Order: sequence, then C-alpha cells, then structure tokens
Amino acid sequence: MQPLPLSISLALVNPGLDLESGFNEALKNLGLSAEIAHILWLPFPMLLVLVAAIIGVLVTVWLERKISAAAQQRIGPEYAGALGILQPMADGLKLLVKEDIIPARADGLLFTLGPVLVLVPVILSWLIVPFGQNLLISNVGIGIFLWIALSSIQPIGLLMSGYASNNKYSLLGGLRAAAQSISYEIPLALAVLAVVMMSNSLSTVDIVEQQNTAGLLSWNIWRQPVGFVIFWICALAECERLPFDLPEAEEELVAGYQTEYAGMKFALFYLGSYINLVLSALLVSVLYLGGWGFPIPVEFIANLFGQSINSPLIQIITGSLGIIMTVFKAYLLVFIAILLRWTTPRVRIDQLLDLGWKFLLPISLVNLLFTAALKLAFPIAFGG
Amino acid sequence: MNISATTELICFLALGSIVIVGALGIVLLENIVYSAFLLGGVFLAVAGLYLLLNASFVAAAQVLVYVGAVNVLILFAIMLVNKRETLSPIKGLKIRKILSGGVCLGLLALLIRVDITTPWSLPGPLTIGEQATERIGEHLFTDYLLPFELASVLLLMAMIGAIVLARRDVLSSDIGTGDKVDQGLIEKSSSKLLIEKPSS
Repeated sequence: MQPLPLSISLALVNPGLDLESGFNEALKNLGLSAEIAHILWLPFPMLLVLVAAIIGVLVTVWLERKISAAAQQRIGPEYAGALGILQPMADGLKLLVKEDIIPARADGLLFTLGPVLVLVPVILSWLIVPFGQNLLISNVGIGIFLWIALSSIQPIGLLMSGYASNNKYSLLGGLRAAAQSISYEIPLALAVLAVVMMSNSLSTVDIVEQQNTAGLLSWNIWRQPVGFVIFWICALAECERLPFDLPEAEEELVAGYQTEYAGMKFALFYLGSYINLVLSALLVSVLYLGGWGFPIPVEFIANLFGQSINSPLIQIITGSLGIIMTVFKAYLLVFIAILLRWTTPRVRIDQLLDLGWKFLLPISLVNLLFTAALKLAFPIAFGG
Repeated sequence: MNISATTELICFLALGSIVIVGALGIVLLENIVYSAFLLGGVFLAVAGLYLLLNASFVAAAQVLVYVGAVNVLILFAIMLVNKRETLSPIKGLKIRKILSGGVCLGLLALLIRVDITTPWSLPGPLTIGEQATERIGEHLFTDYLLPFELASVLLLMAMIGAIVLARRDVLSSDIGTGDKVDQGLIEKSSSKLLIEKPSS
C-alpha cells in the first residue's frame, strides 16, 4: 500500500474517534435538542481535566515524599497503602477537616480571595495542554500565549494574601513572590517566543505537530537547547521550587505568604503550587520534547506492520500511546524537579534577581535573535 | 433567542456591571489597597469583554500587560511604602468632591450624547477571530510602524530614567554634610552567582 504523505496522514489521525459527536448522537436519540446536548457535554472535558490535574498532584506529592526519602536515605511513607501510596490522600483529608483560621487583625475578604486567585489561573491554563491530536479542551488560536497571560495573574493573588495576613513575614514573602514571578516571566516568554517563531503558530497542537515529523530527531530540544534550559529554569522559578523558593524560605520568612494560612486555604496554595509544577512539566514536554509524539513516528511503525493509520484499532493505540508519552515525559521532568529540590541549596534574593535580569534575560534575547537568523538562513530546518 | 446568544447577553451584563461597579469602587473607596485590587478586577472584566467580542489576542494582551504588569507594579508601589498615617483633613473637601463629581457627570453626559447621535453601522465589521494575531502583527509592522517604534523609544527612555533614578551611587559626596559617601554602604559589591566569596 502507498504510504500517505505525512502531513495528510497527521491530519487524518482522529476523525473516527470523536467522543463529542458520539455523545451528542446518543443524547439526540433520547430526544434532546442539539444545543442541550452540547451544554450537557461541556462539563465533561473540564471535569476530566480537573480530575487529571488533582490526580497528577497526588502522584507528584507521593513522588516528592518517596524521592526525598531516598535522597536522604530514609524509607518515607510506608503504612498508608502499598508503598505509602495513600499518604497524599491522607494529607489532603487532614487539610480538609482542619480548622479554618482567619487571624484576628487580618483582612478577611482579601485573605480568602488570595488563594483562589492563585489557584484559578493555574487550573484555567490546563485548557491548552494537549494529550493528543484532539485531546485537549480547547485548541484556542492564542494557545501558549494564554498560559503566559494567565500566569501573570498569579502574583496579584500572592500579593493579596501576603498583604491581608497582616504579618511582616507574609508581606515580605508576597512581595518576593511577585518580584520573582515578574522577573522570570520575561525570559520565559522570550524562550516561548523562539519556539513559536519556529512553528509559526501559538497553538500548542501546531507546536507539537511541527515537532513530530521525524520522531525523536525533530523535537525542539535539538533546535532550541538554550531555550530549553532557560524555560526550565524560569518554570522552576515560577513554581517557586527549591533553588528559587525564596518566597517561602523557612529559615528567613517562616513560610512566606502562607504563614498565616491553615486548613483548606493552605491546601489551595499547596494544590496550586503542585498543579503549576505538573503544568510546567507538561508544557516543557509540549514545547521542547515533542508532546504526545513517540520517539519513532507512529506512522512509520504502522506502515512497517502494514496497517492503515486510520483503522480504529490503530487509532486507539496511537491515542493511548500519545497520552502515555505526554504523561511520561512530564513526570520525567517532575522527577528532575524533585531531585533538584532535595539536592540544591537556595539562592539569595539578590542572586536570584541577578540571575533573572543580568543573565537569563540577555541570553534569551540572544537566543531569540539567533533563532530568527537561523530561521532566515535555514528555512527547512527551522520552520521557514 | 438561542442558548449561545443568551449566554453572551448574561456574560455581557455581568462583565459590564463588574466594570462599572468596580470603577466606581476604585474612585470612591477610602482604602488605597482595595482600590488597587479592584483595578485589577476591572482590567480582568475588560479582558472578558474583549473575549466576548471574539478578540482573544487582545484579551490575553490586556491581561498580560494591565493585570500582570501595570497592576502588579501599582500594588508593589503601594505595599513598599505602606504607611498607615491618617491624612490631615483638607479644607473644602465637600465642595471639591461635588465639583469633580459634576465634571465627571458632564463627561458621562457628553459620551452618552455621542453614543446616541452617532449613526453606528450595524452589524459591525466581521470578526476575524483566530487570524487576529497575524493581522495585528501585519499592521504593527506596516502602517503602524512609526507609532510602534516611537512607543518602544518612549519605553526605553522611561527605563533608562528609572535606572538613573534608582541608582544611588552617582553622588560621591553627601549633599547635606559634604562628607564623602561610603559607596560600599550604598551599593552592595556584586558577587558572582551562586559562589560565595571566601572570607579573607
């Protein structure tokens, strides 16, 4: 059989497995109108992603406990479930039933609103994370730009909770968090811009597709090694992970902006930071590691076994393979982040700002210029 | 009226009321921190209005620039100089309030008049939706190139000005006493990243 040209076969990967139209058809057969069916369908992908995010957090918390234990030659959680796998659930349950305290002289309204403003943009950003060709909530045209815009809301929540706590450590932590977040957003956006320039699109789906023409070899990490490093450092700083966890540096600031928080409000911060970590790892895999792509193109493997890429069985296999690959790459990065947290010391605040403004910003600007030059010089390899 | 139009109308009314009430709150609230946070809320609601108009790029840019940069900087400035002092009462505050209120109402009346008398062509031009990003880029680098470049020069000037203002080691002697200024006290000598200097 004739192998299809690559671009066409990519576009045809998923028409047979449209869950939405299947759901809508089923409801129409029950006698509901198309609009009501659409409205009933809407919550499902959102719920699915929310559940996926929460499970991702639980897994990450468990990994953090286990890996930190291994790094310190301890055993870590052991009794809650096999290998302590239920420990994060126990943590969550504990936070859920703890007393919710608002300090006496604190500003109750802002104190409550702060954690919400931190969590909501992070969850909203999951809108654009693709797990497969059509496996994302919304393929919005502005894609990755939406994430950058949404993550810029977070500092307001941090400032709000820091201010409302009426505590000097909280205020300092909030100010530090905002300063850090603003400084590292710029190199981050410039690194993303270099990738966007190569793929001629802001949409995450297009960015991944453009990387999956030749499997492992066409991933962006080979074309943007500097951008990859900049993005990863900035993502860690945005997540306030350890080399950059100054906003909650416990030796200096007790717990930064979280000092006065307890119970579910603290859990929102906790959840937000871990969801942000998983999200950043997913986006690194989307931007630089080929997203859902298998190291060897699935079209090639399917052709090797003489199967059509469009047959339902192959589609289910490629779909699941895509999800597995995305999650695998993301968790590889989460593993590195956790290992970094338990093996590196914290930088000082002036070192942090120096690194951001005097090192990463010029490097990312040079990287952007260099990418533009390469794009003009070698349009074939750098997406002309 | 179908469901999507109803949703749109509800969203518009909600966002519109947030913008109006929020803007009034910014002006009328006594606590400056509340005003700053409300300003962020108003910016977000305006971004929501852009989204309703199918201009997602403008909405995202609005959030990034106004909420993420402008509002955060305002909050920063307020919190870094967070002095809780009671302002001394100003003479004739009531008359001033009434006067400024009158001016604002006049401006509102003028705008409403413009709104009513202008022959709006309905429906407006077709929205281009997802292609907006490309079209904005095209316009910025062709017919709006001069304003674009002027704006960047202006930003550069502002940046250099801020650096000059923030640098404190330009003076070699104290203005008040005429003593020589210890530069080491004013600007910390820069040390290499992540490497602690050996204490000798």
